[in-house]
Formats: sequence, C-alpha cells, structure tokens
Amino acid sequence: MPAPDSASKIPVTVLTGYLGAGKTTLLNRILSEPHGKKFAVIVNEFGEIGIDNDLVVNADEEVFEMNNGCICCTVRGDLVRIIDGLMRRKGKFDAIIVETTGLADPAPVAQTFFMDEAVGAKTKLDAVVTVADAKWLADRLKDAPEAKNQIAFADVILVNKTDLVTPEELGELEARIRGLNPYARLHRTQRARIDINEVLGRNAFDLDRILDIEPSFLDSDEHHHDHDHDHDHHHGHNHDHGHGHHHHGDGLKHYHDEEMQSVSIKTDKPLSPDKFFPWIQDLVAKDGPNILRCKGILSFKDDAERFVFQGVHMVLDGDHQRPWRADEKRDSRIVFIGRNLPEDKIRQGFESCVA
Amino acid sequence: MSDTPAHSLADRTRLVTAGAKPVVGVHFLGSTAVFVLGEEELLFVDEAERRVPVHGGGILASTCDGGRIITGGDDGRVVESVSDGEHRVLATDEKKRWIDNVAIGTDGAIAWSSGKTAYVRTKKGELRKFEAASTVAGLCFLPKGFRLAIAHYNGATLWFPNAAGAQPERLEWKGSHLGVTVSPDGKFLVTTMQEPTLHGWRLVDAKHMRMSGYSARVRSLSWSAEGEFLATSGSEQLILWPFDGKDGPMGRQPTILARAESRVVVVACHPRQPVVAVGYADGAVRLVRVEDDALILAREADGQPVSALGWNETGQALAFGTESGDAGLLAL
Repeated sequence: MPAPDSASKIPVTVLTGYLGAGKTTLLNRILSEPHGKKFAVIVNEFGEIGIDNDLVVNADEEVFEMNNGCICCTVRGDLVRIIDGLMRRKGKFDAIIVETTGLADPAPVAQTFFMDEAVGAKTKLDAVVTVADAKWLADRLKDAPEAKNQIAFADVILVNKTDLVTPEELGELEARIRGLNPYARLHRTQRARIDINEVLGRNAFDLDRILDIEPSFLDSDEHHHDHDHDHDHHHGHNHDHGHGHHHHGDGLKHYHDEEMQSVSIKTDKPLSPDKFFPWIQDLVAKDGPNILRCKGILSFKDDAERFVFQGVHMVLDGDHQRPWRADEKRDSRIVFIGRNLPEDKIRQGFESCVA
Repeated sequence: MSDTPAHSLADRTRLVTAGAKPVVGVHFLGSTAVFVLGEEELLFVDEAERRVPVHGGGILASTCDGGRIITGGDDGRVVESVSDGEHRVLATDEKKRWIDNVAIGTDGAIAWSSGKTAYVRTKKGELRKFEAASTVAGLCFLPKGFRLAIAHYNGATLWFPNAAGAQPERLEWKGSHLGVTVSPDGKFLVTTMQEPTLHGWRLVDAKHMRMSGYSARVRSLSWSAEGEFLATSGSEQLILWPFDGKDGPMGRQPTILARAESRVVVVACHPRQPVVAVGYADGAVRLVRVEDDALILAREADGQPVSALGWNETGQALAFGTESGDAGLLAL
C-alpha cells in the first residue's frame, strides 16, 4: 500500500531552551508573523505568558520508558496522545510546534517520532530549535545538565539577548556552544527576532535532506573532530563552522567540554553493510545512553545509492537516499554527539567496517 | 494476497460520504448507523443521511450501548446523543481540557477522563472523581459490579466509584498501558501497550499474561460474542487470543487468520456468530469466518486506511469508515 510520503507528513518543530532564555518570545514571534500558516501549538507552561493562537494544547510532558529494559528508550506519552487527537483536525493546521519546559531533555520528544509508528506515520520531526540566553548560558552549562543536553541536541541554536553581553563574551559563548555541538546552525538574536524560515521548515531530521549537514561534515577531519576554535569568524547566518579553520598551533583558544563532545569520522573506502550494521547496533546498544545524537552518510561497497541514517540514543533510523552522482566523492562520514564517548573504540570500530 | 475464490459483497454496499473528515467511530442506534467524524459531527444514516454537530472541535472518543452514543471532544465536553434530533451535554470540563476517553457501564453509568482525572457519573447522576498517578490512557467498566478499569503508566487500576474510602486495586506492569478491556465474563483484564504487545491479568490472582508478536502497536480489540476469544489488530493477520479456559491465553498460541500483505488496523467481532470484520491499512475490509478462515471481501483496497468498523445489534449490517472520510453500510 502507498505509504504517506515525507511531503504529506505534518512537520513538527521542537522549541527547547533553559528557563527564561526566550522560548515563548520566539514562539509568539513565529505565530504573529504574516506567513499565512496555521499552527497547532503544544505548550507546557500554559497560561504563564499568553499564546496567541487558535489551536493551543496543554501537555503534561510525561516521559515514559519503553518496557524493553532500555532506560534511554523513552517517549513523551502525552505527545503520542495529543498528536493522535490533533490528527482528527488535520487540515486545520500546517505544522506543529512543541514547546518544552526549560528543564526538559529533548531526547524523549525526538524519540517519540522514531519509536511511535502512528506518530511517525502522520508527522515528521523538522528540527530541534534551542534558544540560549547569551548572558546566562555559560553558567547554566556548568550547573545544569539539561542546558547542555539542549545545546548538544539542537539543529538550530538562537543565541538570544546578545544585547546584554559584550562581543568578547558572545564570541566566548559561541565557542563553548561549538565545543558541544559543531553541527547546529547558529544565529545571534535579540528578543528572539529572526526570519522564521531559519527556524521552521529546516528538514534537519529528514533523511532526504541530511545533505544539509554536509558543510560541517566537510570541515571535520581525522584529527580535530571535537574541538572548536575561537578565532573571530562568527559572522552570522548559515556559516556555522565553515572555512576550514582546523589549524592547530595557531595560538587560538580551543574549547573542549570535559564531559560532552563530538566525534566525527570519515573514510573514502567503501564500507561493508554486513560489518557496519552489526557494529552500529552493538555500539548504540552498549553506549546508547551516552550518545545523544548520531548522523551519517555512508557509501557501501557495490551499492549505487547513498545510505543516510541518524539516531537518538539507542534508536536508529536509516534508508537509502539517492544514487551517488558521477562527480561525487563516495566518502562515508559519521558523527556522534554525546557524553564521555569512547572515541578510540568508535574510531576503530568504524574503520573495521571497511569492506 | 488472495481474495479468490472468496466472494465479494462490495457491490452490496451503500456508500456514504463523510466529507474530508476522518471517520473515527461507527455505532448503531437501532437500525440507524451513526458515523462519528473527526470533527464536530455525527452522521446519521438510514433511509436518509443527516449530519448533526455535537462538538465544537475534534471528537476524541466515542462509545455506544445501543440506546445512546457518548462522545468526548477537544472542546472539553461529554455529549450524549440518543437520536439525530436529541443530544445533550452531560459534562463540560471547567478548564476546557480534552476529554480523552469515554465508557458506558452496564447499569447506565458513564465514565470519562481528562488528563490524570477519571470521572464517573452514576445512573442517579452523582459525580465521582479519581486522580490517577499519570494520564488516564484507557477506560472501561467491568461487566459485573460497579467498577471502572483505568489504564495508565505502569499498569491499571480498578476503582470502585461507589465505595468511598475503598482502596483502588492496582495491577502493576512496567511500561505505558494505553487501551483497556475486560473479558465479558469479568475474569480477565487486557491492556494494549505503547510497545507492540498486550498485557493481561487474571483478576482472581493478578497473574500476568503477555501477548506479543505484533508488528505494530495494537489499537483495536474486540471480544467475540461468547467471549471465547479476543480479536486484535496490529499485525499482517488477524490475531485471536483464546479466553475460553480458566487460564485464558496462558501457555497457548493465538489463532492466526486472514493473512494479508497489509496490516490489520481495525477489528469488530460479529455480535452473534464466530465471524470477524477486519479492516486493513490498505483500505480492504474482509469478513473472516473463524472456523475455516473463509474470507469475504466487503470493501476493496484503495490505499485509504480503514479507521472504524461496527455491527448492528443483530449482525445483519456492517458499517465502516476510513481515515479519508469514505464510509459505507453493508446489508448482509
């Protein structure tokens, strides 16, 4: 039977950010822009600040463990129920926005879209958008594990309230963010003012569009994968982590988070699917609790198509994407963001998947 | 899959257009078929078709005892409809929260839930309230005694709405329990879970039963006329669990019928005979004779998932609806 294609699924944007960072300001900005779109909004702090929208649903943010012995396999039970209910009114809205509480872990929200088939059949996760408070995020990264999770998990990060800090402080903060998550798109904002196209319709979770992450992939190399460099090239939109700036010994500041880091690996040798899938499944089964997200583009031996995949903790999702183009370099690239990642083990494991 | 040499009743179906709205439930009030639409309306179909708006938004839950239909909506209302000309609001949530579940008891009591709160309105009209530890995901009355089964995270609760101060009975099993049903003899309670599995308890001793092997979350359950089996969706075949002995399905295999390439999404047992109406994700509806797996096609596959199935009291009429709003009425 014809499966609903990706285009007919309702896109879902998840707004996260620590308390007071400006999530609701961003939400109201999105809703009030003259874009002609209708949204269903799922909020948690109902009534605290008014949300001006027809379809607002109050969520309880219930995180349920799956009964499979895996403590990181969690879903948002309330989202499963609410999305099922909202689908009765399909046609009344074009997209769904989920605003999480400031202390929420984004993983259960994302996993809900991968693990609940009914939800995944009707909706697709578009992006996790994290609003960060330019003045206070650095402190929260020290004392609030939730804040760190939200940054590490993001596809899009708004460094908000930039008017409250100096350019030096801002540069320092952005470098810290990059140390946690080199792959997100980063925007500087005041009062969460941003072109809504930078926030919605990102397709960051869509396997068809995983190409989006290529610019940052291209920067990563075998040696300097989990550091970022603070050298004044923060010039705004869509240039996150660009310009081949991996030059060690250039005297610039390197940020390395002791606990959270990313690992990026690339190889130009074709992989064996018979080696890769058992390896990645075993890796996430053992280290899944520490792996917040992973993404990859793979070239398998004797396979004319690119294989793309992504995962959240132990949940993996992947598919063939399209044929490799004749002029395209058939590299396999894979990234992990997580806590205390066993980098050498991951690296050796991936290299052993070469066909 | 093979429908040959099976017969087709598709040409004996009266087609009904529910509009672009999904059909989320179907019930019979006497000889009138009533289609519950995803938004606002009930569609009454007999000689004529009449649409009656009963909610100011999405309709989230519905049930029927043959004499009246109870619906719960995202407008916070619980509505009782007895005919196309007569309906009334039984309750309105003060915060306009969604009414997620509704149930009717054998003695005429009504139950509903909103968030973590379950409510019962007794046949005398008294209102009772129960706060569950997590969101109420499913509700059903037990066939005997005045007890309500409530499915929630990590198990189910049996609540006696009339016994003030009596401790509700907890049935524990880790995980998120979504739907709940009790066997017609009142001996077994079965929940559908977030995982593609059912969990059951024998109520006399709370002994566990696990019913697994599904390819998807089980969303539809139906007891056979005599209660000897429980028909379930969630697989590329119809799964019937045996409940005819004192141990129910413990240590026994289910009966597997009506194999197809598409997944079974809705099931409805015939009210008198060992026949099950089966709705598939590809839009097909088949009638399956339990005895020999004989199949009769009632609706051809067209890619629109079946979303509701219902028999009238005598089993001489079957009504069905799809997610895209096609509906039909089949006279047997």
